[in-house]
Order: sequence, then C-alpha cells, then structure tokens
Amino acid sequence: MPILGADMVAGTLVAWRKKPGDPVARGEVIAEVETEKGLIDVEVFVSGVVDRLVVEPGTTVPTGTVLAVIREDTGAATVAPPPPAAAPAPPPAIAAPGPAAPPGVAVPRRPRVSPLARRVAEQLGIDPGGVRGTGPGGAVTREDVERAAAAAREAPPRERGRVDVARMRQAIAAAMARAKREIPHYYLAHTIDLHRALTWLRDENERRPIADRLLYGVLLLKAVALALRDVPELNAVWRGDRPEPCTTVNVGVAISLRGGGLVAPALHDTDRRPLGELMQAFRDLVQRARTGGLRSSELSDPTITVTSLGEQGVEAVFGIVYPPQVAIVGFGKIVERPAVVDGAVVPRPLVTATLSADHRVSDGHRGALFLAAVERWLQAPERL
Amino acid sequence: MTREQVRATVLRVLGDIAPEADLASLRGDVPFREQLDLDSMDLLNVAVGLHAALGIEIPEADYSKVATLDACVAYLESRMTP
Repeated sequence: MPILGADMVAGTLVAWRKKPGDPVARGEVIAEVETEKGLIDVEVFVSGVVDRLVVEPGTTVPTGTVLAVIREDTGAATVAPPPPAAAPAPPPAIAAPGPAAPPGVAVPRRPRVSPLARRVAEQLGIDPGGVRGTGPGGAVTREDVERAAAAAREAPPRERGRVDVARMRQAIAAAMARAKREIPHYYLAHTIDLHRALTWLRDENERRPIADRLLYGVLLLKAVALALRDVPELNAVWRGDRPEPCTTVNVGVAISLRGGGLVAPALHDTDRRPLGELMQAFRDLVQRARTGGLRSSELSDPTITVTSLGEQGVEAVFGIVYPPQVAIVGFGKIVERPAVVDGAVVPRPLVTATLSADHRVSDGHRGALFLAAVERWLQAPERL
Repeated sequence: MTREQVRATVLRVLGDIAPEADLASLRGDVPFREQLDLDSMDLLNVAVGLHAALGIEIPEADYSKVATLDACVAYLESRMTP
C-alpha cells in the first residue's frame, strides 16, 4: 500500500485490475485503492508477471503492506508497490492480511485452489488468486471464496471522482498541523511584471488551435520548474533528519475539488516538457483530479507545490509546505497597476509570487534568488 | 439551429464540465464563473466543448462576450452561418 499523502497511514484495496499470470509493464495500473483523496490507480514500478495478489478487495491495510508479488522479467521477485522509504507515522491497528513478503525473499508459490473452490469462484466472478486460503497448506477453499465474494458484495460501490470531504479535511488537517509543527517556515514575496508573458501568450494562442491553447498558469508552472535549476535545494524532500535532493522536477499542482477539499498531484518532469505538452498534461491532470483516476505516482512524486488563488481574487497566497516537500510557491491575482517603465508611468499587469520554504533546508537569500529566477523566466516566455 | 437548441448545447457542455451543477436554476444574466465556480481551465474546456459541438471557435479576445448563458447563446447565434 503506497503512501499517497503526507499523513496517509492506510488505504483500502478496492479492486484488482490484473490477475496472477498477467504480464505487467512498469507504470501500468494494477489496482484501485481508496484513500482520503478518493479512488487512486496504483501503478507497478517493475515489469514482469503478476505472481500473487496478497490483499483481497475490500480490505483496509496500513501503508507499506505488500499488495501483490510480481516476478520480474529477470526472474527475480519484487513486491508491488515497493515499500516506502520511510513511513510518515505509525500505522493504526488495522489487521493486515497475512505476512508481507519483504523484497528479495523467495516468492511463495501460487496458493493452491481446490477444484470445487475454483468452480465456485468462477460462478461468483471471483479471482481465486486474490483470495487468502485457510485450508491445508494455505489452500483456497470453497468457504474462502464465498467469504471473499460476500466481502466484495458488502463493499459499498465506489464512484470515481467522489471523495469523502470530511475524511479529506481530516487528512489535510493532519498534514498541515504536522507541517506547521515541524517545519520552520520562512516567507518571501516578489512582484512580477507579466506584460511580456501575457503579450507573448496572447499572440501564441492566436496561432494555436483552440484545443491546444495555453493557459497562463502553465507558464507559471514551467517558470517555477526552470527556476529550480538555479536553486535546486528547494527541489527536495525531507527524510528523517535531513533533506534529500530530488533528481527530477515534478511540480505538484494544487487543484481544488468541486465538492470541497484539494489535491496537489505531480506534473512529472515539469522542467523538461515543452509548453504544449505540459498544457495537455495539465488539462488531463485537472480532469482526473476532479473526475477520478489519479495515479499513485502523481500523488507520491511531487517535489514542490505551486498554488494559485488569483482567480479567487486574492493578491497573495502564503502556503504551508506540504511534507515531505520543502517549499511551496504561490501566485495571486493579476492586478493592473501603474509602473515606471523607461521613465514613464504606464499600466502593467502585476502578480505577487510568494515562496514559503523550510528554513532547515534553505535560507531567505536562496529563496529570494529563486523568486528572482522565476521572474527572469517569465520575462522570456518564448524560452519556456 | 434554433436559439433553444443552441442554449441546450451550451447547457450540455456546461453539464459535462460541472456535472454537479444545478443547471435548471442557472441564471442567464449572471456569469458562469460566479454561479458554477468555474476556473480558467473549465472555461477553456467550455470553449473546446462548444467548438466540438458547434464548430465555432471562440477567440480568447471574445471570452468576455460569452461569460453568461444569455450572452453566450447570443454570441454563438451571431457566429452561425445563416
């Protein structure tokens, strides 16, 4: 069970998308898991063949619990998803279904299934490979299959895109309280003239077909991602008692959900993708965040978060760092104000960019250099 | 296409983007953004959806002309070939 949020301690396996014997490729979805962020598609991190499904649908297990065993292409066995490097909090007392196989151990043989159990499983539409056997030698019996079928029937139907807002609120509360308690924040603000960026964007969008138009927000995401190259210590996660630099830039985008709450999934490789591709990925991400279908890697991989409340009318937003990240960048609304340009007073579209960062990892000087780099990139939109 | 058909198309596109919205009570003279809590991504998707449904491409410069249901229907009608 992957960790899909700063204070996630458990998740419910809702359904398997693969069965024992199925080939899987790295990145392919193997299961659906319900968390406080809704229904999440869990990907595998190795290519191989599904050897065994360990957890039955409907079961709630702590993070770190092995969900399935995959036989790698090389013949080695691995667990899917991989256990987290460091659990954020002790898991609650939730019964885990059987012992979890650590990586590197011999793969248990596929559980034996009696012919009767196999026939009943077929009639009930149950994959016997995903049923925990209680018979001799761990064999799956007819009773095991019927129990699994009953559990599947009793499980409430999951609707994609529907989240338990109260539960999500609790998770946000826990993560933010922890962040405020443990992370010594510092805050910076910087006003950026968007004249060049918005003029370039208007001209660019006139050339693009409607479905390929860019939103102003995607310029901000790319500018932040590129600025991290200048101040890479902000692109890191805090593990244990020290920061770990991240080798890729995966900007987490704060997305408000229609029923309340928010998620901040990652746009992978934000700094390396051209704007058009980034825009399509951004659209897809927002749609899946709101209708269901986020992937586990999108929730576990952000290396920094960007939040924008400009459309809601606020001029500046000072965020709270989302652990284990070490920085969050905020953008307010664009306001037209008089500015002095070449000695003349002219109206200019200005935005306030803010940085909230972990003082254990960076200081204000480096943070200021980062915001200056964001501004520099936004003054050269054609290079984004 | 009649005005009612255009209106129904706009409502269908809005319904695809904000399925939780109560479109029956949508006021024609109040901006979508205010009534449906739409953001710029939603509005882009509305424009893309209308283009797919009606073949009319709304330039960014005209977004202010399609901010309400009444204005949007009138704008789309004006862009249709008789």
